[in-house]
Amino acid sequence: MAYPKSFRYTKEHEWLDVKGDLATIGITDHAQHELGDVVFVELPKPGAKIETGKSFGTVESVKAVSEIYAPASGEVLEVNSELQNKPETINSDPHGAAWLIKVRLTNAKGINDLMDAPAYEAYIAEKGKETSA
Amino acid sequence: MLLSVSARTMGTDSSTISPVSALRKTPLNALHRRLGAKMVNFGGWDMPVEYPSSGGPLSGGLIAEHKAVRGSVGVFDVSHMGDIRIHSGKRPGGALAAVQHIAMNDASKLAIGQAQYSAMLYPEGTFVDDVIVHRLGEDDYLLVINAGTREKDVNWVRENTKGFDCVVDDLSDAYTQLAIQGPRAAEVVQKLTDANLSTIKNYWFTHGTVCGLKNTLVARTGYTGEDGFEIYVPSDVPTSERVWNQVIEAGRGFGIIPCGLGARNTLRLESKMALYGHEISEKINVCEAGLDRYFKMEKGDFIGRAALERAKAAGVMRTLVGLEMIDRGIARDEYCCCNEAGERIGVVTSGSPSPTLGKNIALAYVPPALSAIGTVLFVEIRGQKCKAQVVATPFYKRQKKAASPQAAGGN
Repeated sequence: MAYPKSFRYTKEHEWLDVKGDLATIGITDHAQHELGDVVFVELPKPGAKIETGKSFGTVESVKAVSEIYAPASGEVLEVNSELQNKPETINSDPHGAAWLIKVRLTNAKGINDLMDAPAYEAYIAEKGKETSA
Repeated sequence: MLLSVSARTMGTDSSTISPVSALRKTPLNALHRRLGAKMVNFGGWDMPVEYPSSGGPLSGGLIAEHKAVRGSVGVFDVSHMGDIRIHSGKRPGGALAAVQHIAMNDASKLAIGQAQYSAMLYPEGTFVDDVIVHRLGEDDYLLVINAGTREKDVNWVRENTKGFDCVVDDLSDAYTQLAIQGPRAAEVVQKLTDANLSTIKNYWFTHGTVCGLKNTLVARTGYTGEDGFEIYVPSDVPTSERVWNQVIEAGRGFGIIPCGLGARNTLRLESKMALYGHEISEKINVCEAGLDRYFKMEKGDFIGRAALERAKAAGVMRTLVGLEMIDRGIARDEYCCCNEAGERIGVVTSGSPSPTLGKNIALAYVPPALSAIGTVLFVEIRGQKCKAQVVATPFYKRQKKAASPQAAGGN
């Protein structure tokens, strides 16, 4: 699956789609692939504050629990409630319909430090080499 | 997000995590990697946890693999399991006496060609390992043991059979073991063998020609709660890959897919089969695990017997129950069970979504007073008390054909 050129990416396998000080956040195709069949998603409520590096929710597959760490600080404006009933959307459309939360960023400039699509693709390719030795 | 938490819930011993190069490999390791399987460290073995979901005819993924076994047929590489043969020394009878001494079930009840669920115990009545004992011949037995406990088990058997007139052979590396499991498994395996499988009952076995390999052990056993067979073929890579491919070919019309340890875990959990290091261990005794029916006091002395007599008389402090989550949330291995007040009352040994039932299920140790079906208790999930209730087990029971008794434990 292609990694959208306009997104920014974290080493913890989240993506951010930033427009002004608003960011949509999700997990990457690589992350959903590593997790396997997603069966459960737990997300904050609108109005909650998220803080860079702190967990703001969890995604669970049949065999694994994964914390989702905030790639930036801000206030949650909207939560993708569809995922409660259809968590498997994360497997089928991780960069689109399966966005997790929309956030008003505290510091929109901070996201420039995150990886762009080519850098993220290089990062996961490198990771893949480490584990398939 | 953190992608490394999966290991523990798969029964992997996180204390033994070692570099990939140090992990042990089955003869089918290269094949699994060619298939694109996701590999994990399972008890020191580099094993497939699930195969890729390509959307094609052999498309996997844990849930698809689980459903293939419940609905039709799937094949597992279980060559990491160990095999110990105990046979006669100078005079017949020594092997049976040795097996009776080290394993809790009554092996004297086995006919040649029959197998039974059993366990090797410490003097405290807790588990060295659970095993399947097969009677191969007049005074000739094969114990199939768990992967993570191989060396410990072999040492234990050698040490504790010294006083008996028997020979102990560790055959663990001699076999590639494939499990073909599911309601259509018999039809698939029948295409590959001259043995008449319809005459083999559950927990019986035969020797026949399989994929052209003479004298191959074919057992109607498994760890999925479905009908199925386990076959034991020579462990060289070409033979192992050839047999695997022939099984896949024979199963093509039935929708067979390769299945990983992820599905093996959810299948055995739904069927309430114990997993070493989880429901059973060196700290848990047979009565607590609810496996009382597999130890036979009338057969005479065996290691652990005295402790089990005491445990039976004294009653247990904790007992294994099945839980179904009422609140949203998935109970996972090692999560705490608590009461309404938030006080710790027990622990989850295995927990997962159940692909067959569409519910979140778990096995847990709780005090006997809280073990009645319908009892409501709580599982602490990331700091939240989530409501669960005690339910009847096994969570899933297959529709049985006549005359096929099923063991509740397994390897």
